[in-house]
Amino acid sequence: MNAQLRPAEAGGGAVPTAPFIEFENASITYGKGARAVQALAPTSLKIAEGEFVALVGPSGCGKSTILKMVGELLKPSTGFVFVAGREIGANPIRIGMAYQNPTLLPWLNIRDNVMLPLKIVPPFRQGFRAKRNSEFRDRVETLLKQVGLAGFAEKFPFQLSGGMMQRANLCRALVHDPDLLLLDEPFGALDQFTREELWAVMQDLWLSKKLTVILVTHDLREAAYLASRICVMSARPGRILDDQIVELPRPRTIDMTFQPDFVELNQKLRAMIVGARGGTGIVSHPPGAA
Amino acid sequence: MERILDTLREKGASTALILGFFVAWELFCLVANISDILLPRPTQIVAALVKFWPAIWPHTYQTLYTTLVGFSIGVVIGLFLGVLIGSSRLAYDTAYPLLVGFSSIPKVAVVPIFVLWYGAGTVPAILTAMIICIFPIVVNVATGIATVEPELEDVMKTLKASKLDILWNVSLPRSMPYFFAALKVAITLAFVGSVVAETVASNRGIGNMMMIASSSFNVPLVFAGLFVLAGLGVTLYVLFSLIEHRVTGWAHRKTDLASP
Repeated sequence: MNAQLRPAEAGGGAVPTAPFIEFENASITYGKGARAVQALAPTSLKIAEGEFVALVGPSGCGKSTILKMVGELLKPSTGFVFVAGREIGANPIRIGMAYQNPTLLPWLNIRDNVMLPLKIVPPFRQGFRAKRNSEFRDRVETLLKQVGLAGFAEKFPFQLSGGMMQRANLCRALVHDPDLLLLDEPFGALDQFTREELWAVMQDLWLSKKLTVILVTHDLREAAYLASRICVMSARPGRILDDQIVELPRPRTIDMTFQPDFVELNQKLRAMIVGARGGTGIVSHPPGAA
Repeated sequence: MERILDTLREKGASTALILGFFVAWELFCLVANISDILLPRPTQIVAALVKFWPAIWPHTYQTLYTTLVGFSIGVVIGLFLGVLIGSSRLAYDTAYPLLVGFSSIPKVAVVPIFVLWYGAGTVPAILTAMIICIFPIVVNVATGIATVEPELEDVMKTLKASKLDILWNVSLPRSMPYFFAALKVAITLAFVGSVVAETVASNRGIGNMMMIASSSFNVPLVFAGLFVLAGLGVTLYVLFSLIEHRVTGWAHRKTDLASP
């Protein structure tokens, strides 16, 4: 829409050849001394601009931890995380984030909820008062239409179903034209049909906006449907066990998820995660130690 | 139409019950032949209210004045402390024990101190009303602010929202239902505070009037004072309920909020 506004492209950020996001032996340890728990083993990972990366793995393996580090919510205990060529804490890029819990503000209607980032993120916040009823209103309207929420701008969150709230949540994460979208199991609480519908919506958004997306999910079909690259992680302390490009053509459809190559990819991922959960003795703590 | 009838029926029933309470009181006093020096009948109280109204009115005005001024100052301080305690761990750890200790002190006990500082009269009544209503407001506002969903906080942080941005756009509006619930408690408590102070040390106000009336055994006038206080309390309570419904209707999922 207004690509010239993006700092990364305006010459303020990365050298084109450098990865957009880079983890250099970054690890996370919670707690201190004897009670310290390593949530993420030293991890190195490079993500290029425009990639759609899915992180899958058993629960508690540090998937969300990686996401939080990229979003600057956590600092690595050791190692470095670079976003757009700079160490976190100094990055100039815009980030959108959506969790499983839609966390819409109940006192605002859908339009004002989606507008929230525009009130906060520069350069939008400078002209917010002047533009809220013109330019920004149209921007929100366009987004709502894209996710199938046209005509719901005046509704309040409690009047919407879970799937609709999650659509609005996606709009809120995208309204400020982020360079990077972080999704933490955004479709986890939805029924299967709504979920598949939103996969299609998400794919369209990604194809039209060409932004970088990191998706944390438990759902292997979701990962294979949406992602251009899948990272499989081990049980705590998390490590990246496998990193593979998904070659399936775009746009992907639900029918494709029943094709042999898709099913084969799914089975392979599944086998890896079953192994990572400890079926093969990777987990060393004694039984009963929870 | 049917809905209007339903509400009428509902309100009618509760009004009848309230009236029934006073009728029962009246009948009980008549049948048991209770002296009006012990418990006057509602009709006697109303008669006293009418008869002494020119004398009651300045006292009512004084009590309303001290209560509202004390309440307003208390609300401002309470809101400020609540925001502080709700958003800072350090403030929580230091201010909370102090606050709990302070609010455990019976307010009658602090009136003499205020009198010592400011002399008898208006100021001690205002201050007593103020300190008595700070606590519920602080506790409620702090709760509202401290219970913002962590996911929402993460979303705001990735947008690089400042603490003020988060407070203004998320925490404060979110704590409004808690705040209004506290206001309704606080306004009734504020009356307790000002009347206690007036009873102990003042020559004006409903509390003082009741003290004088009881020392001259004008018990219907004492009860008339109680009625005035109850009336003021109910009126202000209703007022805040109406504002609450207006401002925080979203918390009650009021469906008429949304345009069709």
